Amino acid sequence: MKTEYKIIVDLIEEKTRVLDVGCDDGTLMESLKKNKNVDARGIEISKDKVQTCVSKGLTVIEGNAELDLKQFPNDSFDYVVLGQTLQAFVNPEIVIKELLRVGKKTIITIPNFGHWKVRLNLLIKGTMPITESLPNDWYNTPNIHMCTIKDFVKFSKIINFKIFKSLALTNKNISNINNSNLFYKNLFAELGIFLIEK
Amino acid sequence: MNIKENIKTLVIKKPLKLDCGKTINNFPLAYETYGSLNKNKDNAILVFHALTGDQFVTGINPVTKKDGWWSYAVGPNKSIDTNKYFVICANVIGGCMGSFGPSHKNPDTNKIYGTDFPVITINDMVNAQLNLLDHFEIKKLFSVVGGSMGGMQVLQFISNYPDKASTVVPIACTSSHSAQNIAFNELGRQAIASDHNWSDGKYLSNNTLPDKGLSVARMAAHITYLSKKGLQEKFGRKLQERDALKFGFDADFQIESYLRYQGSVFVDRFDANSYLYITRAMDYFDLVKQFDGNLSNAFKKTKAKFFIISFTSDWLYPTQENKDIVIALNAIGADVGFVEIKSDKGHDSFLLDVPDFLKTLKNFLDKSYIER
Repeated sequence: MKTEYKIIVDLIEEKTRVLDVGCDDGTLMESLKKNKNVDARGIEISKDKVQTCVSKGLTVIEGNAELDLKQFPNDSFDYVVLGQTLQAFVNPEIVIKELLRVGKKTIITIPNFGHWKVRLNLLIKGTMPITESLPNDWYNTPNIHMCTIKDFVKFSKIINFKIFKSLALTNKNISNINNSNLFYKNLFAELGIFLIEK
Repeated sequence: MNIKENIKTLVIKKPLKLDCGKTINNFPLAYETYGSLNKNKDNAILVFHALTGDQFVTGINPVTKKDGWWSYAVGPNKSIDTNKYFVICANVIGGCMGSFGPSHKNPDTNKIYGTDFPVITINDMVNAQLNLLDHFEIKKLFSVVGGSMGGMQVLQFISNYPDKASTVVPIACTSSHSAQNIAFNELGRQAIASDHNWSDGKYLSNNTLPDKGLSVARMAAHITYLSKKGLQEKFGRKLQERDALKFGFDADFQIESYLRYQGSVFVDRFDANSYLYITRAMDYFDLVKQFDGNLSNAFKKTKAKFFIISFTSDWLYPTQENKDIVIALNAIGADVGFVEIKSDKGHDSFLLDVPDFLKTLKNFLDKSYIER
């Protein structure tokens, strides 16, 4: 399993209610059910992936997070998880507000656009960066709202949510992000993982 | 048509109060079963049929000699695996395959009911079928499954009997019949009523049949079961056994011939008055209104696991109407899964060979059965 998923599983307490937004093929949900005995639900936009989840016995609804989160009442989940998809939404601000409304806690992971390889790519080549985690060209990428770890921290102040835990994933190593190391983490981390609350 | 033989019937002695106010008792409920009930009696699935279906879900229908209406989905190793599950299906009351309906004789007058038969509802249908659980001594069904009107019965069943099923699978249906649904049903009813042979519903006593009206009703309805794309691909403007237009009103086009055929075979197996009664029951179905405008309340008492399926090209019971049920369930934190299956086959997709649908239905049931 991806290190990212292991970190998320560790962040979630046992026997809680979890909504995985953009649950993909249900790998994280399965792990959460197995390791943390959670009541896991998923939303997924791809029909094929919903069908894969059903074949694994997972409770998933086909839907679009930008349109379909509104059906869930306030605080109806202990955790809402959004893994590496914030950048793909037309309006990430509305999505984040919805996640915070539906979940008592929210876990968001973001591919870090501040990573040195991305910066170097743009600096030297002068073209939009293409990396292992961002393999598409600018004209066909689903990632239309890329941000850096620093951007996300700034964003928390702009729309006023609390960051309880911020972790950086660098070469499969996990470390804490704090004010004093933000500059370095923003340069070297591939992924930022945030536990947030409204 | 001789339907007496090969039909299993349960005579229901317990009085049933209908929504219309009348009470019926000692009435027959025709049913069929497939597979076998296990020792714990926890492998039973109650399948509900749609408007023109009957209890003969799979295998050869002994009355029509054709494949059962859900042969693609039900049978050994199929989506609803009869090697594993005990499948029960009853003909709805108001129907014409042995259950109490308008072609039966009124014991008080010794005359055929016709339109003197009480108007029945989806609620009445499922209340009548609950008696099957007592008959087989089943405390809790593993699942209730049905498409179209069958799906409406699924919703009504779990709302009436929240602890009588572990899983709930409404397919291509709605929680409330729309104006468009009612309009198409009314078209069918008017086609029947305007056939002179209908004689205000007394045709069986007069020995005449409103075949023309019933077949037009079927033709109109049949169009609503298909998609524009499906029709275009199958028929387009192809001509029927001719090279050029004949400048007349015979069936020049294949689609005309196809519809006429669908109408003509339908009248051999279906009763016109049953068509009126069952379409009326569908039109009266409004689970939202039953729960004072809040559909969530219909499901508040159940802990069952729901799985809702719709089809991309179904414009009779479109995805949004199926999704409204999902939304109502999510609003109360119910256990609900949902998928829209891609298919060009319209509303009829649930009856046809649509591999994604059949596979998904099987996966849901089999996984839920292991985890129950």
